[in-house]
Amino acid sequence: MPPDRTSLSHPPAPETLDPDSVGEEHETRDLPERRPAKRTRELLPAIEPERHLDDWGRSELVEGAFDRTLLEFFYRYWFRVEVEDIGNVPSEGGALLVSNHAGALPPDAAMIAKAIREEHPRPRKLHVTVEHFFKGYPGFSMLIPKIGCVAAHPANVQRLLFDERELVLVFPEGRKGTEKLYKDRYRLRRFGRGGFVEAAMLGEAKLVPVCLVGAEEAMPVFAQLEFMKRLTGLLYFPITPTFPWLGPLGMLAYLPAKFKLRFLEPIDTVELGGPEARHDKALVQTVAQEIRARIQENLHEMVARRRSVWLG
Amino acid sequence: MSAPESRRVLVTGLSTYWGGRLAQALEGFEHVEAIIGVDSREPTRELERTEFVKVSNQHSLIQRIVRAAEIDTVIDTRLTVNSVAAPARAAHENNVLGTMNILAACTGSDSPVRKVVFKSSTHYYGAEQDDPAFFTEEMRRPHAPRVLIERDIVEAEAAVGDFSRKNPDVCVTVLRCANVLGPDVDTGFTRMFALPVVPMVFGFDPRLQFVHEDDVVHALEHAAFHSAPGVYNVAADGVLSLSESISLLGKLPAPILPPFGTGVLVRPLRRLGFRIPDEMLNQLRFGRGVDNRLFKSTGFVYGYTSRESVIKHSEHLRLNPVMRGGEESYTYEREVEEFLRWSPHVRREREEAPVDREPLGF
Repeated sequence: MPPDRTSLSHPPAPETLDPDSVGEEHETRDLPERRPAKRTRELLPAIEPERHLDDWGRSELVEGAFDRTLLEFFYRYWFRVEVEDIGNVPSEGGALLVSNHAGALPPDAAMIAKAIREEHPRPRKLHVTVEHFFKGYPGFSMLIPKIGCVAAHPANVQRLLFDERELVLVFPEGRKGTEKLYKDRYRLRRFGRGGFVEAAMLGEAKLVPVCLVGAEEAMPVFAQLEFMKRLTGLLYFPITPTFPWLGPLGMLAYLPAKFKLRFLEPIDTVELGGPEARHDKALVQTVAQEIRARIQENLHEMVARRRSVWLG
Repeated sequence: MSAPESRRVLVTGLSTYWGGRLAQALEGFEHVEAIIGVDSREPTRELERTEFVKVSNQHSLIQRIVRAAEIDTVIDTRLTVNSVAAPARAAHENNVLGTMNILAACTGSDSPVRKVVFKSSTHYYGAEQDDPAFFTEEMRRPHAPRVLIERDIVEAEAAVGDFSRKNPDVCVTVLRCANVLGPDVDTGFTRMFALPVVPMVFGFDPRLQFVHEDDVVHALEHAAFHSAPGVYNVAADGVLSLSESISLLGKLPAPILPPFGTGVLVRPLRRLGFRIPDEMLNQLRFGRGVDNRLFKSTGFVYGYTSRESVIKHSEHLRLNPVMRGGEESYTYEREVEEFLRWSPHVRREREEAPVDREPLGF
């Protein structure tokens, strides 16, 4: 059991701070406390076996139905996913998977989750972080949490990694990755401000870099239409071989590229100094750069060795 | 118990649902010497030894009561958290100015008050698109409140925070309660769940957390008898999706509210009697979950999980048509109450057989 850190001693995520009321927060902390109030793991709500939803809104039924049909088809027959070094995904404890990201409606997250379920000696569920946008869009808002996605809020990642000790997948490129055009394929975008490294340090979790080859060709994006994006209120409006020509269905019409998935050696953030290390911005940036470089290097190598986009 | 023990308690908002329930509960604790309730309206629940003083939110009068009765604990249950329960102006008056007056009554170097418990609401956090899945107590809402009642709650809590800063020797506990369910309480959600089909916003299935009314009363009790300074979320274990809650209730969901312009549609619906409060609209889209571990760590044990609260509520909804009109409602008669309390002819059996309940936890 690692030293118990209550969230009271954590600074909340900067964007959730309201400057006017910061003083009040300090106040409640300064009051004499006879019995230290702590948010320990033991106090997490117990699982109620009668429920098929968990507290994040994830539904076993919906997820299972997806897994057995659509994902099974894409995983086995369409993308024919090939997995290397699945053993680098830890069998227990919190871990943050960091992957490259591409495609208009990227199939990469679903394929990584499926790979861990299928190939890992101890299959674990994966929580995929997605943009807040989905929570506000009717339909998506209902479906997205049910299949195991959570909003990419630092507090959510922190709770999953540290308190629930789960696997979380992030795409540090974020929207910059999915917006990128076919001509820029396999060139990693900027890795944000290293927020994902801080999250892993705070959660005392391992960082597992993941490389995925094939997603860029499965749905090549030729152009992004700014005007249509504003008109539809979507995150972006890409032009792909099937979208918008086939309508919303075109979003799911992937080309049958061969997927290759490689899990790289994990980085233990506890060895880097644990939660305190996140204040060392230089270290955070170095780790972020290091992970980016390793993914990029492996991507280059995997693309170089690939003889055919479709056959691998 | 290490806590500053509460012996002489002032319950503000005695005539509200929570004030009445709390006073009834406190009467069962033998070590509580005096329970005094203030409100501007007459009590709605039958009380045995609680003394009621009819007074509006005037701090000078309340201060006189506090000093005269040597009140050591003030429990403020008065906050209006449902915007259809009171007109906006009255709610603002009660929530913001009322809170300031109550706190003013507790201030002063010679004030006997050692503890203030303030019942607030998780409406404090609001419900927005970019919320975290679980709010912890020290989080601020990501956007300034737009709904009036939420603005009032934030302002009232700011006043409480200010009070606690200026009176460091007073133990100030703020309880932010989640959506309450139960047979007696009247909230936006109990009203919505009583409808034959439960409306949902089309394309949204929000995550909601509930708490049973008895747990809220126990939480107030717990805060009164334990030293737990700070802010605490009071919400049962488990976050349910709205569709899950509806199926637990055995009702049918009706995704009839449009995802855009819901506010515009709700106004005519309100005229028709379907009074859905403003602060619930965003909750019906984005939902809200809170982290309840901090209050549990002070030793509090919930009687119901969110799921059990909903099931309990569904049992009540099924029983309600059968029981209707069975119980006589209570009306406060000043003379009768005074006779019962002060007449030398009334036989007081309570003294011979003390019923002292153990406080929860520990």
